[in-house]
Amino acid sequence: MGGTLAFDILIAEDEPSILESLDFILRRAGWSVESVTDGEAVLERVRRELPRILVLDVMLPKRSGFDVLKQLRSEEPTRVLPVLILTAKGQQQDRRIAEELGADGFVTKPYSNAEVVGAVRQLLGDNDRAA
Amino acid sequence: MLSADFVIVTAIVYVGLLFILAYFGDRHTRANKSSFLRSPAVYTLSISVYCTSWTFYGAVGNAARGGLEFLTIYLGPTIVFVGWWFILRKLVRIGRMQAITSIADLLSSRYGKSSRLAVLVTLIAVIGITPYIALQLKAITASIQAVAESAEGARGSLVGVDDGALAFGIAAGMALFTILFGTRNVDAKEQHHGVVAAIAFEAVVKLAALLAVGVFVTFGLGGGFESIYRGAEAAGIAIYEDDPFGPRWVAMTVLSAAAIICLPRQFQITVVENANEDHLRVAGWAFPAYLLLMSVFTLPIALYGMTVMPEGANPDMFVLTLPLSEGQSGIALLAFIGGFSSATSMIIVASIALSIMVSNHIIMPIILRSSNVGQGDGQGVRRLLLLSRRVSIGVILTLGFLYFSLTGDDALAPIGLISFAGVAQFLPAILAGLYWREAAQRGAASGIFVGFVIWAWTMFLPSFETVLPWVSDVMESGPWGIGFLRPQNLFGLNDLDPLVHSVFWSLLLNSVFLVVGSLVSNQSALERIQAAAFVDVFRRRPFAHRGFMPGSATANDLYFVAERVLGEKRAATLFETAAQERGVEPAMLEPTPEFISRLERELAGSIGSASAHVMLAKVVAGGDVSLEEMMQMADETQQVIEYSQELERTSAELRVTARKLEDANAQLRELDSQKDEFLSQVSHEVRTPMTSIRSFSEILMEPGELNDGQRQRFISTIHNESLRLTRLLDEILDLSALERGERSWQNAPVDAEEALDRAVAVCDALLRQRGMRVEFGERAHTTMVDGDSDRLCQVFINLISNAVKYNDADHPIVRVSSAVRAGQFVVEVADNGPGISKTDRKHIFEKFWRGVEGGGDQGGAGLGLAISRQIVARMNGTLELVPGPLPGACFRVRLPVIK
Repeated sequence: MGGTLAFDILIAEDEPSILESLDFILRRAGWSVESVTDGEAVLERVRRELPRILVLDVMLPKRSGFDVLKQLRSEEPTRVLPVLILTAKGQQQDRRIAEELGADGFVTKPYSNAEVVGAVRQLLGDNDRAA
Repeated sequence: MLSADFVIVTAIVYVGLLFILAYFGDRHTRANKSSFLRSPAVYTLSISVYCTSWTFYGAVGNAARGGLEFLTIYLGPTIVFVGWWFILRKLVRIGRMQAITSIADLLSSRYGKSSRLAVLVTLIAVIGITPYIALQLKAITASIQAVAESAEGARGSLVGVDDGALAFGIAAGMALFTILFGTRNVDAKEQHHGVVAAIAFEAVVKLAALLAVGVFVTFGLGGGFESIYRGAEAAGIAIYEDDPFGPRWVAMTVLSAAAIICLPRQFQITVVENANEDHLRVAGWAFPAYLLLMSVFTLPIALYGMTVMPEGANPDMFVLTLPLSEGQSGIALLAFIGGFSSATSMIIVASIALSIMVSNHIIMPIILRSSNVGQGDGQGVRRLLLLSRRVSIGVILTLGFLYFSLTGDDALAPIGLISFAGVAQFLPAILAGLYWREAAQRGAASGIFVGFVIWAWTMFLPSFETVLPWVSDVMESGPWGIGFLRPQNLFGLNDLDPLVHSVFWSLLLNSVFLVVGSLVSNQSALERIQAAAFVDVFRRRPFAHRGFMPGSATANDLYFVAERVLGEKRAATLFETAAQERGVEPAMLEPTPEFISRLERELAGSIGSASAHVMLAKVVAGGDVSLEEMMQMADETQQVIEYSQELERTSAELRVTARKLEDANAQLRELDSQKDEFLSQVSHEVRTPMTSIRSFSEILMEPGELNDGQRQRFISTIHNESLRLTRLLDEILDLSALERGERSWQNAPVDAEEALDRAVAVCDALLRQRGMRVEFGERAHTTMVDGDSDRLCQVFINLISNAVKYNDADHPIVRVSSAVRAGQFVVEVADNGPGISKTDRKHIFEKFWRGVEGGGDQGGAGLGLAISRQIVARMNGTLELVPGPLPGACFRVRLPVIK
């Protein structure tokens, strides 16, 4: 598809306070940020406008983060969309599932802000080089 | 010329000779284990005790009266020895294994060592044999009278002595002789080697005598077989006229076959006195050969006698009177000795056999029951045994004499047949006992009893016809005029020969009662054990132990008993041998079950199995052994069965246990995975607020460009999330306690309506925040339930706030109603929200479940409904989701009202 991308980061997170903190630290790092709060909304949003990366919580209402990721990887423009998985479960099993489904990064809650920003920066940088 | 005095003296001398023979025979076998007297030849010859004076004299008479019919008496035994030897072999094996002392002992032992059956068999045997003994007395009397009448002056000292007095003298002499002869030893199983030797000698004498007479008559007088037959034909004697193979033939063959097995004296010789099972092989052909020799001259003697002897001469005495009439004193004396020999051997063996039965099965049990074994002087039991046997012999011969005096002048053979038919009543029980495991004591006893009664009625009673007038009346018109019960026309069965008639009815009903009685009764444990021991005798290991558990009987107690029955010497030998085998001092001998069984067999050899069993049961502590112990010790088969049943039971138990373990394991795994799931969810619920707290804390800690509004807002979020964490932990602990069945409150009567009102009031702020209000449906008045007011309020708040939080309708409504129905306080909280989908309905009361539809901002951990449900349950109520009056969800609480 190519072309310019509408914004830098799409956050999918249903916990309002977590969403607020993520929004704050990522914007502060200089990226443009949009957000959704459930799984259906993620798909709807990326089909409309493709972000540079997606920060995806696993426990989302309506459609789980893993489900969404699977769907993204089966569709053409989003097949290569970099995805950073956030999970509060933090078990090895979840990390393995995320990798199998084609996630590009994995961060366990509670995280340090620097960890999230670093992970996002890495994904954006990789993407820059690829582009 | 022979005189009566001379033959009487000869007879006495002959008896003295027998006595000496028996005495030395005893000594010889005692000193020499492999004595000639224990050979198969002697065994075979002793079996020929079957041939009595009935055969010696009576067969000729029988042939003269009934033609070839006399052959049936030899035919039956021949069939048994040649064709059915396996029955005899089984009997001999059982006899040795079970230390059987008599036919009564055999039946008693087989049918659970039943004393009752032993008594019944003994009585029947005594009554049944009485005519037979009378027959011998009659034959000896007749032979002496024949000599006395053979010539002028031959009477000698018998002048003025009639048949009765002569017979009495003979009976008394026989009794004395038998007592001297046969009761020197107590142990029947010790075997009367001396007696057997004498009997074998007599067998030779009677055969030699009969052959001598036969040769003399046939070749000396008659000029050969052909000449005799032609002479008889010329005289118009038609001996072959009768159809030889009619029912009477069958009946007599059956009877004689039964007799060779059932006659007490045959059993005594064939089974009890048997030294070696292999001797039966020789007897199997030699005994029939002996019978053939005994019968070969019967017909010529009869024909020649009928041809030449005067009209009215007694054909039963032809063997003696033919030589007498020819003046052949030597051959006549030989004939007399032969006949006397046949009679004495029968009387001796029969009365020994019967006296053993009477003393073991009638007298001993009475003594055992009335006195305490182990008291009295050392030889008490032995002396009593000897005395009882001697008295029995006297009684038996007295009975024989009485029968002789009471019945008429019958021929010899019919008297013998009465006895044959009497003892034949044992045959069904014996055969069933050997081959039919289910044959039971009740069946055997009732069969024998019924057979005996019918025999007594149809055969024994009619033999008194000529002397007792009422007997002939009964035979003519039946008892009390009931023709149906006439002895020789029983149950309306006419047109049958009296013998056939009696044999038919008695054996038929005997067998029917045996079979039916066995089928309808349950065998006792002892009976089953004995049945198996008999039926499977060839499959058992010799000396498989059975019977008693040692209990607390000491070797000393047992020795005490053994000494009284066996005598000091034999008891000491027995105990010493057993001690040696075990390699211990006799005093240290342990009364193991094997030893007690061995002792029981030894005792059984002296006093019969039933008495030995009773006696040991008295001594061995605990008396009779419990059935379980019996079954355990029964025999190998039984033990194997038990063992395999035990294994089956154990493996079934193991299977059940394994299944239980599997279930428990599955439950544990299920609990384990539930625990994992729970921890994972708790982790998630804790991490979520922790994430916000950490993230905002880091933002706040960094130096930077936050304005006051942001700072305030972030701090407030951290605070709220901390509260949320605390609430979460409280809820988890609360739920955990509730799920364990614990209650942090005391149930007490509270007003449920008041709690509901309070809950509505608390939720008012939340409602107003959303622009909602509570609609009330029907309301109950003050209603008391058993519970806690604050906790009840908590439940209602949870329900109302859920109804508010998840309601996304344009005009959200929450409707609360309460009522008392059928003793239940019922509260319903309904809303017009999205409702709960079918798939979610079964999950809503689970921990950490939250509606998929949003609600994340409400800060609940998904424990509210789970906790509410537990609270209501602890108040003996229910909380459930029901179809409501509004489109959304409706929760219903029910609590029992207290009066």
